[in-house]
Amino acid sequence: MLSSTADKLFWMARYAERAENLARMLDVNYRMSLFPQGPQAVNQGWNALLAISDLMGEYHSRHQEITPEKALAFFAFDGSHPSSIMSCWRAVRQNARAVRGALTAETWETINSTWLELRTMQASISAGGEVSTFFEWVKYRSHLVRGVLRSTMLRDEAFHFTWLGTYLERADNTARILDVKYHMLLPGGEGVGGAVDYYQWSSVLNSVAAFEIYRKVYRDVITPRRVAELLILREDMPRSLRHCIRQAYFHLKEIRNHQSSETERRMGVLDAELNFGRIEDIFEAGLHEYLMSCIERVYDLGEGVSKDFLVAAAAA
Amino acid sequence: MALSRPPYDEMNGSDGVRSHYRTFAQWLKKTPAEKLQRKRAEADALFHRVGITFAVYGEASGTERLIPFDIVPRIVPANEWQQLAAGLKQRVRALNAFIKDIYHDQEILKAGKVPADEILKNAQFRPEMIGVNVPNDIYTHISGVDIVRAGAGEFYVLEDNLRVPSGVSYMIEDRKMMMRLFPELFAQYAIAPVEHYPDLLLENLRSVAPAGVNDPVVVVLTPGSYNSAYFEHAFLAQQMGVELVEGADLFVKDLYVYMRTTRGPQRVDVIYRRIDDDFLDPKAFRPDSQLGVPGLLEAYRAGHVNVTNAIGTGIADDKSIYPYVPDMVRFYLGEEPLLNNVPTYVLRRKDDLKYTLDHLSELVVKEVHGAGGYGMLIGPAASKAEIEAFRARIIADPSKYIAQPTLSLSACPTFVEQGIAPRHIDLRPFVLSGREVTLVPGGLTRVALTEGSLVVNSSQGGGTKDTWVLER
Repeated sequence: MLSSTADKLFWMARYAERAENLARMLDVNYRMSLFPQGPQAVNQGWNALLAISDLMGEYHSRHQEITPEKALAFFAFDGSHPSSIMSCWRAVRQNARAVRGALTAETWETINSTWLELRTMQASISAGGEVSTFFEWVKYRSHLVRGVLRSTMLRDEAFHFTWLGTYLERADNTARILDVKYHMLLPGGEGVGGAVDYYQWSSVLNSVAAFEIYRKVYRDVITPRRVAELLILREDMPRSLRHCIRQAYFHLKEIRNHQSSETERRMGVLDAELNFGRIEDIFEAGLHEYLMSCIERVYDLGEGVSKDFLVAAAAA
Repeated sequence: MALSRPPYDEMNGSDGVRSHYRTFAQWLKKTPAEKLQRKRAEADALFHRVGITFAVYGEASGTERLIPFDIVPRIVPANEWQQLAAGLKQRVRALNAFIKDIYHDQEILKAGKVPADEILKNAQFRPEMIGVNVPNDIYTHISGVDIVRAGAGEFYVLEDNLRVPSGVSYMIEDRKMMMRLFPELFAQYAIAPVEHYPDLLLENLRSVAPAGVNDPVVVVLTPGSYNSAYFEHAFLAQQMGVELVEGADLFVKDLYVYMRTTRGPQRVDVIYRRIDDDFLDPKAFRPDSQLGVPGLLEAYRAGHVNVTNAIGTGIADDKSIYPYVPDMVRFYLGEEPLLNNVPTYVLRRKDDLKYTLDHLSELVVKEVHGAGGYGMLIGPAASKAEIEAFRARIIADPSKYIAQPTLSLSACPTFVEQGIAPRHIDLRPFVLSGREVTLVPGGLTRVALTEGSLVVNSSQGGGTKDTWVLER
């Protein structure tokens, strides 16, 4: 397939996944800000979110203070920076429109109608609608897009590039969510429990739809170490790093070409490390350091895919 | 607007509803207005969802609009279509022969049928094409010929679009929409199908691959997703199952054209381009073009790739050449033209100029190189001041203009705010030239939605209708 088409599919999928994760984090943050707690704690949540997304500068060039309303507007509908849900979906739709020939009609129409409805949603939220409804809606649309993709698309290169993009983005996002929460919640090592702690960690789980999964897997109290283990090392947890890398690796192997072996090797190494990794070792080395290195390696893999398939194949 | 006679109404004759509209008229009468209103809204929603929209030049970026779709079809009886189809094939064969002649022996110039400097000094003439042999001698692979009706059996060709005619996707989408909205009507009429057009197009494109290529790779070349006709480019590529490429996806190496794929370069044999000549190859034409493929012309001249439509077809659909088309039919085919030309005054000629300046309020004056309904004067509809302003423009450079009598375009009942009322229409059938000249029975009917308006272009608020060619 055309390199430019593969590139657009890859980014279409990444932006859709990013929009969903953003909605998840915003939803949890918003719910958290409703708990009885001081303004400082509320602030801390939004600060963390801005840090996750490297958006501190963008935010403060627009707003002086951090309030839930302003932060929500900034993250959800502000189309003037590239990281809002609005901007992500615009990118999804633009990329999809440019490659609509490579998508099934149903996939394209689902994406296009999501974009059209997004504007209606924006209007209803500005008119005082419930923001949680909006986040739910973003999640549902994301589920819908993936469902249509999976159940209508030919298992060809277009399919594999789409899912490769999805899983790399999700791996990155899960690592960031975990890192910022860990960083924020546990400045000095293993936490001490307590109600706030419980809610904060369960909010991490909620943001990746893992609260019930945690209960099912551990049947025990929520501890940071287990949360980290679930989100990093559990293969059966669909948003964990291990699961994402395993899936990305699978799709990469399906599309391998004459110059992708190095990227494949690196992804294989990461996959093996996650496969045989132990949470104790990770904590010993420092969770933050570990996650940062994961984010970097995932970034690096994305660059590799770009170089091998999306750009370099171009240079004849 | 004052017209000399009332326009021909496609549905209603002087003695009641015309026979081919009778079933439709009965259905319309029985169908409650609310249902029609609801169906129209449904159509709009569907067009939006499917993304059958176009970008309007000069409006804020990202603005996309629907081309208004009208639910009253234009119905063409079988005998009228046969008459039209024969005339269209004949005309396109002559135009193709003309282009081949112009870029080879120029017999028609030697015979004095067309003045040589009309051709050789024309901006649409491409000297680069002289002596170039194209596969099967075909230049006008896809032609969109605009037809209007003035009276019963009285059809005129308004213009021949031989460069990158668009609109065929609307022909198909309008049909799909009508079948979806009003399936009951299709059971009552024998309507000739048009949805196989992409199959015919693909077959046609594959048949004109360079010699020796057994399994040709065809691509559709688009200027990109911001182009007003992007939907159509994507639609045709998808329907044909070929790649939709932009200039940057292609490159030329050793006089062959390749596309950049995830598995390395792949040879391209036939390019259905939807980019004007000027932008096709920055090395040969406009050097500032970001849309083209450097070196394409050389690969084309070497016979390693085919480009459809051929480079240089603009010489045959230029408005200054239009008046000579009937003579082309006689000259190349030895036949009398089956379709009428609108009588045309060529203002570079002194007599024509004088007549035109004396009769501006009755005539339509068009810029020779204008398109899309821009830069024209419709005398009977213009104010005195507009006429005088245009007069000054004509006198400043008469050779830029032609003039034609104001035709009384036929009208077709159309759903507008006030209910159903007649609006002027034209018809663009799409003629394919490959091993033989073919066309699907139908075309794009465009309708001027403003009362009395004769401008049907979508860029000027025109809409479209489904076109039903009856099989019996």
